[in-house]
Amino acid sequence: MLRQTFAITSLGVRSIPERWAPSLVIVIGLAGVVGVFTALLAMRTGFESTIKATGRADAVIIMRGGSDSEINSGLNREQTDIIEQQPGIAAGADGKPLASAEMTVIAELLRKNDVKNGANITVRGVETAAFALRPRLKIIAGRIFTPGLRELIVGSGVLRQFQGAEVGEQVRMRGSQWTVVGEFESGDSHDSELWCDINVARSTFGRTGASSVLAALDGPGGLARLKSSIAAEPRLNVDIQSEQEYFSGQTKQFRQQIGFLAGLVTIIMALGAVFAALNSMYAAVAARGKEIATLRAIGFGGFPVVVSVMVEALLLALAGGLLGALIAYTLFNNLSVSTLGQNFTQVVFNFRVTPGLVLNGLIIAVIIGMVGGLLPALRAARVPVTRSLREQ
Amino acid sequence: MTKSGFVIANMFRKRTRTILTLLSVIMAFVLFGLLQSINSMFSAGADFVGATRLMTQARVSFTQPLPVSMLPKLESIPGVARVAHSMWFGGIWQENTPLFVFSVDPLRYRDVYPEYVMPDAQWQAFAHTRTSMVAGKLLADQYHWKIGQKIPISSNIYPQKNGSKSWAFDLVGIFDGKDDAWRRQTNVAFINSDYFDEANGFNAKGRTNFFILKLTDSQHAESVSKTVDAMFENSPDETKTQTERDFNLGFVKQVGDIALIVDWILFAVFFTLLLVVGNTMAQSVRERIPELAVLKTLGFSDGSVLGFVLAEAFALCLCGGLVGLLLATALGAMVEKGTGGQFQVALDARVWLIGIGAIVAMSILVGLLPALRARRLRIVDALAGR
Repeated sequence: MLRQTFAITSLGVRSIPERWAPSLVIVIGLAGVVGVFTALLAMRTGFESTIKATGRADAVIIMRGGSDSEINSGLNREQTDIIEQQPGIAAGADGKPLASAEMTVIAELLRKNDVKNGANITVRGVETAAFALRPRLKIIAGRIFTPGLRELIVGSGVLRQFQGAEVGEQVRMRGSQWTVVGEFESGDSHDSELWCDINVARSTFGRTGASSVLAALDGPGGLARLKSSIAAEPRLNVDIQSEQEYFSGQTKQFRQQIGFLAGLVTIIMALGAVFAALNSMYAAVAARGKEIATLRAIGFGGFPVVVSVMVEALLLALAGGLLGALIAYTLFNNLSVSTLGQNFTQVVFNFRVTPGLVLNGLIIAVIIGMVGGLLPALRAARVPVTRSLREQ
Repeated sequence: MTKSGFVIANMFRKRTRTILTLLSVIMAFVLFGLLQSINSMFSAGADFVGATRLMTQARVSFTQPLPVSMLPKLESIPGVARVAHSMWFGGIWQENTPLFVFSVDPLRYRDVYPEYVMPDAQWQAFAHTRTSMVAGKLLADQYHWKIGQKIPISSNIYPQKNGSKSWAFDLVGIFDGKDDAWRRQTNVAFINSDYFDEANGFNAKGRTNFFILKLTDSQHAESVSKTVDAMFENSPDETKTQTERDFNLGFVKQVGDIALIVDWILFAVFFTLLLVVGNTMAQSVRERIPELAVLKTLGFSDGSVLGFVLAEAFALCLCGGLVGLLLATALGAMVEKGTGGQFQVALDARVWLIGIGAIVAMSILVGLLPALRARRLRIVDALAGR
């Protein structure tokens, strides 16, 4: 039986080139499904990993109570000063608390190839501790801004997607000119921002306080101590979250939306591909009708026939899946795009085609191949031998 | 037998194959309809607004509020009939559902947006009740709000003076849109700016995100927007003024490259479909070569043989395409209704037009090669099986 199965299967597989047109339909159909599935989820993975990379587990972000993002939050000067003096916050190299009051405002830049509609970009005013709090951030061109001057440093993601903020260029905000003096890279969502001195930002934007305070914890018990001392402080009504938690939360909406889109599109496309695969395999079985009937007439069983048709369908499906994953990889892996994040500003990120995604895509391909192969395989095994042999 | 009867009979000669192909075509067009309508949400979502309104915002970003005291200056510009203002409230319903809530001056807003219809008594109640709110019909229906109810809404931006972010408003009116396009725009609520400005404890007092300028004539759009922006140049409150249409387009464009990705998927779906249906057509012509030769022998011209094959391709695409678009319409309406108008993916006439265009293009693409082959057949060769 095993030898029979092997014989028929290899016969079938070797004759695929003679029936290349219907076989190609399965391959291309599956390549389409797996390609689209992989591309959509690669977008989600890229967005998620960019945002999640931003947060440290040993730092907290403190915002006004009930604000779900920095842009909606506001703390006054007194509050930020009180927060920075609380126990639980680590000390910096200079002995002062390792905490940075930060103000985020929004400016508009034009996308590359756009002439009219601006896109929202985060402008983050920071204190000097901000750099110590984000050790991954490196200046890769020019220099850091000078405190007290209207100078900006620009994230490398901004430069990839938007125009008008190259090092040396001037950006206009609220009736004043700002000079871009440096470019930085941190491999996370700060790459989509412009940074400047918080005091200059305050005077330009007519604000006095900050949006949030970012603080490093002084050890595992720091969070609990900070929380209880802030809860006991009547002048503060704030939410404390670990930085990592905050940034994970920021991906929820995008994750759900893209997940929904990917699910819907994949299911509909997969149904279409199943019908196409059924069609092709029926055609393949019909083309091999006489050959299969002959084999059965000389004593081959029905089971090996079923297996051979299934194997053929699976091989074609797998080839299609691999092709689709390959196309998605070459077209989309590391493709830089941007979309609106939770802060209502642009987040620049790269697509990431991961091995896990490819594996899931191949699993989908195998399932479609099995469904598409089963009915034709059963028909091939059931058709009476005499009838097949009589047919032209 | 009539010619169309002949085409139909040929289609169902291999019943399984035709039905499976039809099902593939249907699936492709379901996707096509839904994706195309997501796409038009990104590109042409602003079609319904005329050019008689301008939006003025802070040049740096619309999130930076402008002083309301600019209003009389704006209204004195020749060509401007009336000015309204609106401010984003950051409304949150219950736990975590964001709502479109704006703080506006009721009567000014009514003058500038005549597309929103509501009985006069309700407009007056909106203007003269301090804690008033009016809701669009879509929104009110979704949350079962009734006039006279007190609606608790919190803001993720603005605390009241006592520091609380929970607000409550009296629902005094429910407005609708004047036509279909505007009825879809009624997933918003408005609150009275007098009360909001007095009660809010944040440092945005006397400020607003947008001024909406209603023009006496759309011809003035360009000159008025230049005048406005020149008026405030070099002040901390520099402005950027554009037509409402451009503003809406820019707003949607912020979502960015998602639209591009949708285009890529559409392309992949279509390319795949082309192959599937094309292969079926080629196969069915290949199998019937002797028959086609017989037809020609009987005196059917080359042209009519070509016509038979093309008609078959067209019939296949048309049936599948129409059923697919119908399914997509039903599905899109379900999604739109289920999300209370947040995802406006119901298929409109535009999507249907594009869909029908795609059906025609598809039939020609998949039918032409086999049809040409059928036309070129030489009777002797075909009958001899060469």
